[in-house]
Amino acid sequence: MTRAQIITRLLKPALFVLLLVPLALLVGRGVTDTLGANPVETITYQTGLWALRLLLLTLAITPLCRLTGINELVRLRRMTGLYSFFYALLHFSTYAVLDHGLDLAAILADVVKRPYVTVGFSAFVLLIPLAVTSHNRIIRLLGGKRWKRLHRLVYLCALGGVLHYLWLVKADTLSPLLYLALFLGLMLFRIPPRTRAKLGDLLRRLGPNERAQRLLKEER
Amino acid sequence: MLIKRPEAIKPSEITDQATYLNRRQFIRDSGLLGVGVASALAGLPWAKNSWAEAPGLPSYTDLRQSPFSSDEKLTEYEDATSYNNFYEFGTDKSDPKANSRDFVPRPWSVVVDGACEKPGRYDLEDFLRPHPLEERIYRLRCVEAWSMVIPWVGFSLGDALKRLQPTSRAKYVAFYTLHDPERMPGQKRRVLQWPYREGLRMDEAMHPLAMLAVGMYGAELPNQNGAPLRLVVPWKYGFKSIKSIVRISFTEEQPVCTWNQVQPNEYGFYSNVNPNVDHLRWSQKKERRIGNWLKQETLMFNGYADQVASLYNGMDLKKYF
Repeated sequence: MTRAQIITRLLKPALFVLLLVPLALLVGRGVTDTLGANPVETITYQTGLWALRLLLLTLAITPLCRLTGINELVRLRRMTGLYSFFYALLHFSTYAVLDHGLDLAAILADVVKRPYVTVGFSAFVLLIPLAVTSHNRIIRLLGGKRWKRLHRLVYLCALGGVLHYLWLVKADTLSPLLYLALFLGLMLFRIPPRTRAKLGDLLRRLGPNERAQRLLKEER
Repeated sequence: MLIKRPEAIKPSEITDQATYLNRRQFIRDSGLLGVGVASALAGLPWAKNSWAEAPGLPSYTDLRQSPFSSDEKLTEYEDATSYNNFYEFGTDKSDPKANSRDFVPRPWSVVVDGACEKPGRYDLEDFLRPHPLEERIYRLRCVEAWSMVIPWVGFSLGDALKRLQPTSRAKYVAFYTLHDPERMPGQKRRVLQWPYREGLRMDEAMHPLAMLAVGMYGAELPNQNGAPLRLVVPWKYGFKSIKSIVRISFTEEQPVCTWNQVQPNEYGFYSNVNPNVDHLRWSQKKERRIGNWLKQETLMFNGYADQVASLYNGMDLKKYF
């Protein structure tokens, strides 16, 4: 088997099953009545968390390809992206049905009024065109360039997801800040190499050591 | 928005307390009778909720029943003791139960200071001795828009404060939680500025609904619920009901309160339950009663408006939230 075959025939189906595990765990806890005192909160939290995790995993695949040199890993990206959308859909549905009883006016008011809902909802809505255009035939129809441009929206989705998490936490922001750091790290990877070099130069020049040395030199 | 205030009540219209209490007693007794009959018919479905469920903790006997009690269905003991906000033991709802297992709330003393005639350090037993215990079933509304119904064991806060003889300079009373990172591991991280502090205006503190609790569900307080002594102020958001109290301080100035200090625009000093004033980030119109899937309407002052609304006459509750 070639490397590409290993990935598409073994790794991909394995990942497909693996990414169902968070949902299976939730269902299991529901059946055994171990979702805790506030099951709705548990379901909302877990589905939201997995949507965000899988979105960041999706963003991590390109860097992973480059770091490992295994470019065929990119074949897993569509699936992790679609799974992220799947969990986001479960997350939004839980909110719409169990928090608002499908009262569209109340949901809309919430989206308009509350920044953390606004960013979370926007991220979800922006994921929809990405999920819809993930079929091979549609990609071909759009053409690679246009498809690629459209799918840059994923960066906004991830940012929205991270901010959504950060803004809803009461005081303990450690966990959302870790996700923010992860997101920013993945974004750094997207900066073109030449710009990155320039940035590094700039940072070094602003660094305390450099400045101290320059001052010493001037004194001399 | 214009809030219409009720006209002042004429003295002649005021029900005297004895009649009022009798009425409450009557309603409660007839309610209990109803519940009793219904339970007999339905094979005691809510016996599941009964006091006997508090495991391993010393239980109280011969508790007086309070006329202030609600007759709503009690929150399951398991839920009330495994879903807690008590950052001293961690910030997850399940942390307090897990991380307070080894906490021993004895020996315990309460320091009393500030504007009062009887300052000093009181052993918990001495502090509690003068007060007969009663059971009060109160609604508890968390600022996070969930709620419970809990049978507390304790006594009126005002009775305890009166014994400490606050002077005329005492305008507020402040409460402090134990600060001991070795025993309360959550305090090793500076999520909040320890120790946790809360406070009430003197007239709020003297209101008969405000209580000090030493137990729940007929037994001593579990550690995760604020053993051995906590405040319960049922018309305010739950975080006002400070847990594991080690200090009571009478002050002239409005005391610093922990959540108010963290986010003054989200958590006010008063923090009265109010469906018309949203939290900056989420709505307070509805709440999820633990045990239910769908939300229900939140009531003004958590349903205690008849008793406490007069404390805030003439105050703009949107400003003093």
